[in-house]
Amino acid sequence: MTADLMLIWPELILTIGGLVTLMLGTFAGDRQVGLYQVSALLTLAAAAAAVVALFGVETTVFSGTLSVDGFGGFAKLLIYAASFVCIIIAPRFFGGGMRAEYPTLILFAALGMGIMASSRDLMTLYVGLELNSLAAYVLASFMRTDERSSEAGLKYFVLGALASGMLLYGISLLYGFTGTTDFAGIATVLGGELNIGLIFGIVFVLAGLGFKISAVPFHMWTPDVYEGAPTPVTTFFATAPKVAAMALMTRVVIDAMGPAVGAWQQIVIFLSLASIILGAVGAIGQKNIKRLLAYSSINNVGFMLVGLAAGTPQGVEGVLTYLLVYMLTTLGAFLVVLQLRDADGNQVESIPALAGLSQRRPGLAAAMAVFLFSLAGIPPLFGFWPKYLVFEAAVNANLLPLAVAGIVASVIGAFYYIAIIKTMYFDDKSDTEIPAGGGAIVEDAVITASALWLSVIGYLFIPLLAVLSASAAAVLF
Amino acid sequence: MILIAAFYLFATLVIASAVMVIFARNPVHSVMWLILAFFNAAGLMLLVGAEFIAMLLVIVYVGAVAVLFLFVVMMLDIDFAELRAGFVRYMPLGALVAVILAAELIFALGAWSAGKIDLAARAAPVVTDKSNIQQIGELLYTRYIFLFEAAGIVLLVAMIGAIVLTHRQRGGVRIQNISEQNKRRPEDATRMVDPGVGQGVEL
Repeated sequence: MTADLMLIWPELILTIGGLVTLMLGTFAGDRQVGLYQVSALLTLAAAAAAVVALFGVETTVFSGTLSVDGFGGFAKLLIYAASFVCIIIAPRFFGGGMRAEYPTLILFAALGMGIMASSRDLMTLYVGLELNSLAAYVLASFMRTDERSSEAGLKYFVLGALASGMLLYGISLLYGFTGTTDFAGIATVLGGELNIGLIFGIVFVLAGLGFKISAVPFHMWTPDVYEGAPTPVTTFFATAPKVAAMALMTRVVIDAMGPAVGAWQQIVIFLSLASIILGAVGAIGQKNIKRLLAYSSINNVGFMLVGLAAGTPQGVEGVLTYLLVYMLTTLGAFLVVLQLRDADGNQVESIPALAGLSQRRPGLAAAMAVFLFSLAGIPPLFGFWPKYLVFEAAVNANLLPLAVAGIVASVIGAFYYIAIIKTMYFDDKSDTEIPAGGGAIVEDAVITASALWLSVIGYLFIPLLAVLSASAAAVLF
Repeated sequence: MILIAAFYLFATLVIASAVMVIFARNPVHSVMWLILAFFNAAGLMLLVGAEFIAMLLVIVYVGAVAVLFLFVVMMLDIDFAELRAGFVRYMPLGALVAVILAAELIFALGAWSAGKIDLAARAAPVVTDKSNIQQIGELLYTRYIFLFEAAGIVLLVAMIGAIVLTHRQRGGVRIQNISEQNKRRPEDATRMVDPGVGQGVEL
């Protein structure tokens, strides 16, 4: 037991840090923003350090309910990094409404996501998922006096509960027909003859997970929740939980359902194609930048699923690289959205109001252009590289039609990204004045760093990324 | 023989009362049917030898959860006419979903009776010489200890969430301050007056 505890340092640190942050907020008061911010950030940094220290360890702890390995480590680093940024950007957005519960809930959500990413038992999966989801529902309606925020929270809660129900139904079927909740045990049974009960179990589990990664046809909550939730929370939703849910889905599909390729592959292919196409087409008519980025995230999840559909080590490497690049791009894009305030300090979210941004805030417009081109996967930018990896994996796994359909749909997707860039650079100035400056140094630094990384420097990291993602993906095979 | 008869009795009543939970027009009646369903489920648990879970069902679900439901349902101000207004409009879609779900359930059940479940592959083999409580306790505090603790954190998050979403500072609340109360002397609170006849008292 003690030996097991030594291997879950990241989880222990997050739990204790979360409790400390909560106590600091309670006893020092919500006004002491600096105090609990620092405590939360230190906790995340310490947890990340613990993950790094545990790299190379590959074992299971607590009678096989939890796994400690490179795959989980890779996902956890991404999750903690995204949570870190989402805590930094919050005080400026919330202003006087900032409360200590925000960093606390993010820490507990990060804990749940870490458990998701390293689960190797259906029950661990569910507990991690619920820990993350419960924190997320509350975060979505964190500005409870704001009507849109409360609506987003309620919608997310109701649809999330529905998704959990479906997932649990699938889990109960898988457990009933295999006699175990352990991934390895399930894989052994699935290696034999498949009966209809097992197939139903697979379908329902994948449907429940599809909700969490917001793959079509389980995406309908995404635009509403992304639009209604406070922008730092939306930034969080679009990055960390996506990474966790995608890592979890990869683990379930490869680890637990690996032998039953025929059963899950067609489902993943369908989810992937539907997400790519609907994400691209649905975004075209959007007037709100947060809604548009929601459709963009649906679209990108589709591309990640292309890599997963391949079901090969190469495909999983592609998914992991995609997650890293997608997370950086989305963080950057939402940070830019966060900088858009009119003269009164109100957030600007409508796309027509961005007209003429290139003259008022040239740096910001250029960074946004980089992020959008990168999301579209246009070659000189680094967003092209993970798309290339997943398509290559799909072609090598004899899924040429899927790759072709994905590439065609990505051209549709490029249309709306470029439409925003056109609005920023070539349209007449809008009535909404977006005054220059006023950005916090940290936020500007993050935007600049991720824009630079995505533009050219990223290509220098390809060998390192390849090694990291290959060692992480090798764990599953 | 009696076991089978009891099983069919409990099982039929569970399903029938579950159906009534949905079809009862009055939400209070729904909760009553739910309680009946819980009781019969407890009976089913007894039949398979899980007496501890049977007792939990009665104590926790009937005793606490259902009563809580009843409280909430009675506090809600539900307009039944409005509830029924959209019924016809959403009927086809609802019926379609219901048919699909029913078909899926029938498929799953059919498959379950056709296929064989290898009970030997169970994570926790059934040990007959131990009581229910001991078996559950041993699993919960050894094999599933991590999940048990993590579930505790889930509850903590739920509690924080409820406070974040509902707690607000109210103005004009009189909070008890014991030291202030103890410091108060009789002279501060009472006044001796000696009014003349017909003059009254000024308060």
